[in-house]
Amino acid sequence: MHDISVVDLSRLQFAATALYHFLFIPMTLGLTFMLAAMETVYVITGKEIYKKITQFWSKLFLINFALGVATGLTMEFEFGTNWSFYSSFVGDIFGAPLAIEGLMAFFLESTFIGLMVFGWDRLRPGQHLAVTFLVALGSNLSALWILVANSFMQDPVGATFNPTTMRMELTDFAALIFSHDAQAKFVHTSIAGYVTAAVFVAGVSAWYMLKNRHMELARRSFRMAMLFGVLATAGVITLGDALGFVGAQAQPTKLAAMEGLWKTESAPMPFNLMAFPSQTDRTNHGAVQIPYALSLLVTHSLTGTVPGIDTLEQQAAERIRGGIPAVDALRTLSGDPGNAAALAQFREHEKDLGYGFLVKRYADDVTTATEAQITKASQDAIPQVAPMFWSFRVMVVMGLAMLAFFVLGLIYTMKNNVQHQRWFLRVAVWMIPVPFLACEAGWLVAEVGRQPWTVYGMLPTWMSASTHSVGYMVFSLIGFVTLYTIFIVIEMYLMVRAIRKGPDEDHAPHDAVRHASKRPAELPTSFTEA
Amino acid sequence: MEMYAILQCVWWGLLGVLLLALAVMMGMDMGVGAILRYVGRTDLERRVALNIVGPHWEGNQVWFILGGGAVFAAFPLIYATAFSGFYVVMLLLLWSMILRPLGFEYRSKMPSPTWRSAWDWTLVASGVLPMVIFGAAIGNLFRGVPFHFDWTITSTYTGSFLSLLNPFAVLCGVLSLCMAVMMGAITVMNGAEGVMYERGRGLARASALISVILFAIGGFWIRNMQGFVLDRSPGAGVPQTPLLQQVSLHDGAWLANFNAHPLLWLVPALGFAGMLLSFVASSARRSHLAWWLGALAWTGVIGTVGAALFPFMLPSISQPSQSLTIWNASSSSVTLGWMLGFTVVFVPLVVWYTSWAFYVMRGKVHPEHIAADEHAY
Ligand code: HDD
Ligand code: HEM
Ligand code: HEM
Repeated sequence: MHDISVVDLSRLQFAATALYHFLFIPMTLGLTFMLAAMETVYVITGKEIYKKITQFWSKLFLINFALGVATGLTMEFEFGTNWSFYSSFVGDIFGAPLAIEGLMAFFLESTFIGLMVFGWDRLRPGQHLAVTFLVALGSNLSALWILVANSFMQDPVGATFNPTTMRMELTDFAALIFSHDAQAKFVHTSIAGYVTAAVFVAGVSAWYMLKNRHMELARRSFRMAMLFGVLATAGVITLGDALGFVGAQAQPTKLAAMEGLWKTESAPMPFNLMAFPSQTDRTNHGAVQIPYALSLLVTHSLTGTVPGIDTLEQQAAERIRGGIPAVDALRTLSGDPGNAAALAQFREHEKDLGYGFLVKRYADDVTTATEAQITKASQDAIPQVAPMFWSFRVMVVMGLAMLAFFVLGLIYTMKNNVQHQRWFLRVAVWMIPVPFLACEAGWLVAEVGRQPWTVYGMLPTWMSASTHSVGYMVFSLIGFVTLYTIFIVIEMYLMVRAIRKGPDEDHAPHDAVRHASKRPAELPTSFTEA
Repeated sequence: MEMYAILQCVWWGLLGVLLLALAVMMGMDMGVGAILRYVGRTDLERRVALNIVGPHWEGNQVWFILGGGAVFAAFPLIYATAFSGFYVVMLLLLWSMILRPLGFEYRSKMPSPTWRSAWDWTLVASGVLPMVIFGAAIGNLFRGVPFHFDWTITSTYTGSFLSLLNPFAVLCGVLSLCMAVMMGAITVMNGAEGVMYERGRGLARASALISVILFAIGGFWIRNMQGFVLDRSPGAGVPQTPLLQQVSLHDGAWLANFNAHPLLWLVPALGFAGMLLSFVASSARRSHLAWWLGALAWTGVIGTVGAALFPFMLPSISQPSQSLTIWNASSSSVTLGWMLGFTVVFVPLVVWYTSWAFYVMRGKVHPEHIAADEHAY
């Protein structure tokens, strides 16, 4: 049996380490493509300033990248160390995209990043540009595969539970990769990374302009960031809408929590712009509503309705009752796989298996579950409303704010007078944390909204954790908090220091660390397309 | 069903290949880290050592990540049970591993000697610890690990952290460190000149010989150790849980596969040959050859482990009948099939472009250039 405080500590640890990992990922996703764009300009025009620009931003990129890698290692371990039942229950499906990510993406990115940093003098400009593009491709492919994995948890398609092996197994690989959730999620998340990088580049460039330093580098970088940013922000908002649409179909409980829908109402439903949802009173205090808007936003029609929490809890209770015989049959099958009666009972109820697990938390032998326990488990089936409600609104408001920022900035920089709009430059500097917050808020929506499941409708979070002692969990949490605090302090310090220092003004030869025995121009042609 | 058994065996073999790549490629970088303060006495010398592996450590580390991912995908029960069972050890491994990227990336960003020497020691620790733990984890497979499952296949580990540090595991840990040091020292010979070359050569020779001795001791130890025997199970290629088999313990049983198939003795022989010939090659200053022979030594050692344990992957000492084998821990045939497809396409591709990266960055690292370059580690 699981100790629930161990489960909660595992959740806390996962949330903390994943959110921390995702502080560095968006920059990696976006900045690699911006570097590739800058270097493309260099290769096409041959202007040294663009080489300098590329090298300057790549220095900042690398400081950020190191922590992305370090904290990613934690994530890779954590499924096994802290979520061992989860790992064995869905490893047959979930492990595959993770392994493919390593094979296809991490190798690409990590191998070529060495050449990107150390290869300036050893590769021809075209070759080096290709290397930079491969790094960008690698980082975005890694996002693709991890989000395929994450989408499986949100919308488990392409797999079924196998009572012989007592776990979920892959049945349709194509369905897994091409799930709508995975596609919308990938585009939304990677573009969120481009937004982040654009805001960062704009903010740092604005700071230089305010200080009147490195003007040429700053103005060119700023303009590039504005172009990148406008396109990306528009994309993020469009895809966010698509993601909400897909998500609402797959996870009605998430949508209900996100919108604070305590009761099912008739169409057209109003949208809660602002409110203070209270889980205990099961209502929203001080709601400010826009009539008709929810039906429009969620169902893209005026007549659509969305089930509220009251309806969803009743449905959950029904499915829990259906899941109890499924769990019971499974228990018999685990010792006696050939038992035909148990198999028949299981087949009849297997669609509700996950809901049976939901009540197992309160009654280890599910057949003894009381009505009170079933009601409690059905209330668990709804995620916490307030954090969902607010995270979602924070993300959306920040997205709209960034869109306005980029549009205005693009106008100024096209008119070539942004350096005189000092208020705007100050805003740009203060914008730097905004996309990071929006990204974190987005993940809170996605992950808190999936609760109480790790795999929606199949595997409850409480069962997923490893059976550790509280002591172990406290030990590891303290370790992570200590290390990660030191890391972020060092990272911020180095980042600020590198920004203050700015691009190197002298033209010292770069990266001549090694003497090639041949000049790059003589490299065999078979390698030149790489 | 026949097909499933073949896939299971193929994946068991592929896992061996991945472990090998991890041990060779990442082991060499870890080795350089472990001996950083010995081969490099001045700041500049240490920077030479770091820049030898500088362009490649990142890519090499992915073998480790892929190793983890492949166990997850192909043998999820092993991933789940081992990572949670070895909890404290895994955390120490992880924490030392996550310090490494920062050590490389941040060390030379500040001129302060205290800053640099702190990161140097971090790099030493993050070279030594993971290799010791890697070896010790393998050593514990021979002793069996105390874990069991309930009917839902939730695993529970019942041992303590200290029981993982038994003498045999420590021996394996030291052997693994020693082989990493050997590869690291050879890598320094490949990329440095002068005194650093000589220090690398001395270490490469010494660690090759010590590895021979430790590997031999391990062999004798295993001869009398309790081994696991699979008496009854649903069989290869049959979908199953670990609740349905019978396992017994017998002295010397880990040599049963060798006794049944005497040709297998060639595998440990390969290990010894690799170590000894690598010693000879280092002595003769043929460092590139010595590197390949070192890789051969790793092949022999990892092959020996696999040959002895087959078909066990993670034996349980507290509930031997719930031991994990290739047959009860693997993924479904659909997953194994898809993963094999990806592996067949992408591993050769990875090997190809990794070779190109090494080719582009070939040659010696010169101290003068490091001093002049702000991107250098
Ligand atoms: C710069 C960052 C950023 C911005 C401006 C937005 N998002 Fe977002 N959003 C993310 C960054 C993000 C993210 C970090 O990438 C998330 C977390 C999980 C995911 O798939 O993407 C996310 C998740 C996420 C989800 C939850 C997905 C799930 O449940 O799995 C929804 C419904 C939206 N977003 C919708 C929007 C809408 C309607 C936006 C309109 C302005 C918006 N997002 C702006
Ligand atoms: C890097 C971006 C991610 C962030 C920021 C993130 C955030 C979170 C948060 C905040 C929670 C806690 C929710 C709660 O307990 O109420 C959580 C839980 C979890 N997430 Fe994510 N997540 C991320 C990506 C992923 C991915 C890609 C996966 C799987 C591939 C995943 C798997 C899980 C699991 C297993 C849990 C634990 C169970 C739970 O408490 O929900 N997460 N995550
Ligand atoms: C929670 C599940 C996650 C796991 C297990 C994980 C795993 C990892 C690992 C092992 C690394 C280091 C790779 C290296 O050494 O090269 C890494 C880095 C990275 N991860 Fe994550 N990650 C997770 C979440 C995410 C998410 C949600 C995204 C993107 C949307 C993402 C994108 C990246 C990127 C772009 C890097 C940059 C470094 C690199 O690719 O080498 N990761 N991750």
